[in-house]
Amino acid sequence: MGLFHPGTSLVHRVPAGVKLAALCAAGIGSVFAATPVGVSAYLAAAVLVLVVARVPGRALVRQLRPVLVFVVVLAVFHALVSGPGRAYVVVGMLLALVLLATALTMTTPTSALVDVVVRVAGPLRRVGVDPERLGLLLALGLRAIPVVLGLAGEVRDAQRARGLGASPRAFAVPLIVRSLRHADRVGEALAARGIDD
Amino acid sequence: MLIEVDGVSHTYGDGPLARTVLRDVSVRMTEHRIGVIGANGSGKSTFARLLNGLVLPTAGTVRVDGHDTRTDGRAVRRRVGFCFTDPDAQIVMPTVREDVAFGLRRRGLAKHEVAARVGAALAAYDLAGHADHPAHLLSGGQKQLLALASVLVTEPALLVMDEPTTLLDLRNARRVARVVADLPMPVVLLTHHLDLLADFDRVLVFEAGRIVHDGPPAEAVATYRDLMTRDQP
Repeated sequence: MGLFHPGTSLVHRVPAGVKLAALCAAGIGSVFAATPVGVSAYLAAAVLVLVVARVPGRALVRQLRPVLVFVVVLAVFHALVSGPGRAYVVVGMLLALVLLATALTMTTPTSALVDVVVRVAGPLRRVGVDPERLGLLLALGLRAIPVVLGLAGEVRDAQRARGLGASPRAFAVPLIVRSLRHADRVGEALAARGIDD
Repeated sequence: MLIEVDGVSHTYGDGPLARTVLRDVSVRMTEHRIGVIGANGSGKSTFARLLNGLVLPTAGTVRVDGHDTRTDGRAVRRRVGFCFTDPDAQIVMPTVREDVAFGLRRRGLAKHEVAARVGAALAAYDLAGHADHPAHLLSGGQKQLLALASVLVTEPALLVMDEPTTLLDLRNARRVARVVADLPMPVVLLTHHLDLLADFDRVLVFEAGRIVHDGPPAEAVATYRDLMTRDQP
C-alpha cells in the first residue's frame, strides 16, 4: 500500500469512508469474481481508478516494487503447479486488489482514514474497545512500512559490507531485532506524547 | 517552572540482572536553559525521562510545577514535551502535516484550530513546503525539526530534549540549536555537543548515576572533559 499523494482528482475528492467501503466491497466481491473475465474487469477497474486519480507512474512503481517481487514468484509457482489460467486468476486478482488499496492510500490522507476507522469502531466502545487506539494502529501500520523497508536496506548493506552474501538468517535476525527496538522507541515516544493518559 | 528531584534512585530490572542507573539524586531547577552532560551510561537519559514521567523513580520523588510524576503523570506530560534522539521513532504519522496535527487531535481541539496551529508550526520550522510529503523522505535535520514541531505545537511549559543533535551533521545540529535558543519555554537539553551549552544558565554533569558537578557551562564542561580524560587508559 502506498502513502498519500496530494491531488484534486475525482478520486481524491470522494470521501474516505466511501473509498474504504468500496475497497471492502471489492475484497468481498473478489471471492465471487474469480474467473478470467472477472479478474480482467477488476484489473481494468483498478487501472481506471489510478488513471482518474492521476497518480504519477513513478510513485506508483516505487510503492508497488516490493509487492511485485512477491507477485512474480506467486505467478511462477501457480503457472507451474496449476497452469497459466489459474495463475492469471489468482495473481491477477491479488494485483487488482493491491492496486485498489494503493489507490485508496495514495489519494486519501491517513488522518481521514483514521477518522473513518474511529467512527466505524465507535460502537465497540461499549465492549471496552478504544476506537482511537484502532485508528492509531492503522496510522502506525502505514508509517511502519517505509521505516521497516529502510531498516531492511540498512541490514542488507551491512550484510554485503561484511561479505555475508544472501544469508536469510543473517538478514532476518537483525531486521527483526532492529524492528522490535524501533517499536520499543515508538512506544516510548507515544507515551511521552500522552497516548496512554 | 520549578522542577524538584528529591532523593531519586532508579534501578532497571531486579535480582542478579538489576542495574542501578541513578543514585540518590536531588536537584531543584528553575533556570530557563539547563544542560545535562555525561558519558554514555552515566544516567542522564534516565534523569531526562524522569522529568516527563516516562520513567518513575524506584525511590524518591520528582515534581514538575508541583505535580508528582508518580501520582499525576498525565498533568506532567501535558506540561512537559519530550524530544528524542532518533526522530524516526518519534514521527508516528505518514505525512509531515499529519504528524504535527497528531498531538492536537488527541486533545480534542476543533478542526479549524488544529489546522491553524499546524500551519503556524510548519511555517515556523521551515516545513510548510513539505506539509503533504511523506515524513520518511525528509532529511535528518528536517525530521528532527518535524519531531520538534510536533512536540512544540502542543505548547508545553517545559521541553526536555535527549541528545536531539547526536544523529545530525554540524549544519543541521546548529539549525536545531538556533531553534532551541529561540524557544520561549524552559529547556532541559542533554547533549554531547558541548558548544551548544555555551549560553546556558546551568549545566549538570552526571557520572555513574550521580550529579558530580552543577554550575555554569564553562566550569561544568571543564569538569566533564577532566572526567573523560581521567577515564582514558
